[in-house]
Amino acid sequence: MWSWLLHRVTGLAVLLFLLVHIVDIGLLSFGPDVYNEGIALFSTGIVRVISLGLIASVLYHAFNGVRIILIDFWPRGARYQGIMFAVVMIITILCFLPMAYFVVAPIFQPGTSAVALPM
Amino acid sequence: MLRISSGYGPRPTGGGFETFSWYFFRVSGVALIFLAIIHLILMHVTTDVACTSYQFVAHRYQNPYWRLYDWLLLTLALLHGMNGLRVVIDDYVRNRGWRLFLLSLVGLATLAFFLLGTITIVTFQPVASALQGASCVTH
Repeated sequence: MWSWLLHRVTGLAVLLFLLVHIVDIGLLSFGPDVYNEGIALFSTGIVRVISLGLIASVLYHAFNGVRIILIDFWPRGARYQGIMFAVVMIITILCFLPMAYFVVAPIFQPGTSAVALPM
Repeated sequence: MLRISSGYGPRPTGGGFETFSWYFFRVSGVALIFLAIIHLILMHVTTDVACTSYQFVAHRYQNPYWRLYDWLLLTLALLHGMNGLRVVIDDYVRNRGWRLFLLSLVGLATLAFFLLGTITIVTFQPVASALQGASCVTH
């Protein structure tokens, strides 16, 4: 039941971000100044911390989605659903930590946040 | 839990939209695992968000395949997410009038956001100066 509730809540959270994201990408049509002002908002400390929630939500929703598909299509899926939930949590945390580091680190090194643009 | 004897989880039968929806969640979900997680890594790890500037997009969208990638991500994520919202509304909104109203709103919003996203991706034509230098946004 917790896996189900988390799946629902993380799904709605990611959807909310998606709608905001479609609008902020829409700012591209208004030229570089307007768009970059929007991006500057995303690189502030507070929004970086909020985006950790987005990353955790995407990872959990993705891995638990695999678990749901295994329950549906793998003959022994239902039997192992409990173990698979533990595995989902572990993989989510293991993937989250390094990504969270890259997202949050620039807060503590103002000015050097700029990773070179791959061109 | 009671279905363990059959070995399989519940699967929809009878066809129709709900069966299609059930399969669509799973098929689009598998695609989104790759599309969304790769997108997250590209925009938050290998490039810092502060550097996903207009200039960054201008360079990236020189390649039409990135536009296709982003459009696929937009379309699948929006349909997958809005279909999820539809299921949530069906679950919790008991009043028929409210349900009809909210589901209509979801339908209209899906169309509006799909059009906004698609128009942005397809029509993006960078100003010439954006292609000259790379730049990150300072905060």
